[in-house]
Amino acid sequence: MIQKMLASALFAGVVAGLLAALLQFAFVQKPLLLAEEYESGALVHFQGVAPADGSHDAATAEADQAGQDATAQDAAAHDADSHEHAGEEAAPSSLKRNALTGLFLILVYTAYAALLVAGFGLALVYGRRIGAREGLLWGIAGFAAFQLAPALGLAPELPGMLAAEAGARQVWWVGTALATATGLGLLAYGRGPLVVALALALLAAPHLIGAPTLEGFAGVAPPELAAIFAARVLGVGLVVWAVLGWTAGALWSKETATA
Amino acid sequence: MTMNSGALRATSQTSALVSVLFVAFVGAALLFTAGLAQSSTLHDAAHDVRHATGFPCH
Repeated sequence: MIQKMLASALFAGVVAGLLAALLQFAFVQKPLLLAEEYESGALVHFQGVAPADGSHDAATAEADQAGQDATAQDAAAHDADSHEHAGEEAAPSSLKRNALTGLFLILVYTAYAALLVAGFGLALVYGRRIGAREGLLWGIAGFAAFQLAPALGLAPELPGMLAAEAGARQVWWVGTALATATGLGLLAYGRGPLVVALALALLAAPHLIGAPTLEGFAGVAPPELAAIFAARVLGVGLVVWAVLGWTAGALWSKETATA
Repeated sequence: MTMNSGALRATSQTSALVSVLFVAFVGAALLFTAGLAQSSTLHDAAHDVRHATGFPCH
């Protein structure tokens, strides 16, 4: 059984991780890199209009009117600039950075796949067979537990955002994910009003307790950038989790069909 | 006979539960390493992923 579970998890994790990497580079990486330019001070957002493409800061807006060439040169200058500013040690090449991002996305989604498949195995112990369709629902529930519910208290962080102490936020994040996953599982498979009440309490508790936050706001990037980043992180998360759940469910039903 | 098959089912259920726990542990350990561990090497390597998948970072 362990082999079947690990095989399903590994394959689904790699498929979802590769999809996540594709979507990350298409939608998420650009606002993330732009935010780092504000974090490093290469770009400055102040009262006024910050350019949406991040190719220059407002101070050079006038120079930019001279034409496209100036913008391109500016972009190159800022690029070089941000690498200097960002450097703890030497700045890693973007190829290495992106390769690591792809690798870690596969790791993260393989980890999520293992947790999902462990859930499928638990369901089987209780006589419930999971296929692609149930897997899709499990995947969406996984998204709710590991991304959406934690995001209600700790919105996806743009680089450069200041936030409460990391350890405290991690504790809240893990607690919220566990409580939400358990709550959704009880709602889906539990019986009776007591179980439903317990499930609702588990779903609500993290948000009644509240995530650790700072007293004030000190972000340096434009709010529009943080908003589009958070929205894209959650949108991509939903798509990847849905594919992860569907794939894991389909593989699992194949693996267990003979058992 | 019935008792035997009952005992057999109980054993296979126990081993299934052990498998479930093992795979859940593997998943949790992997998730901790990729998403939560604060070692600076791991943090730097996983930086973009942590930001882009909603983990608390820094």
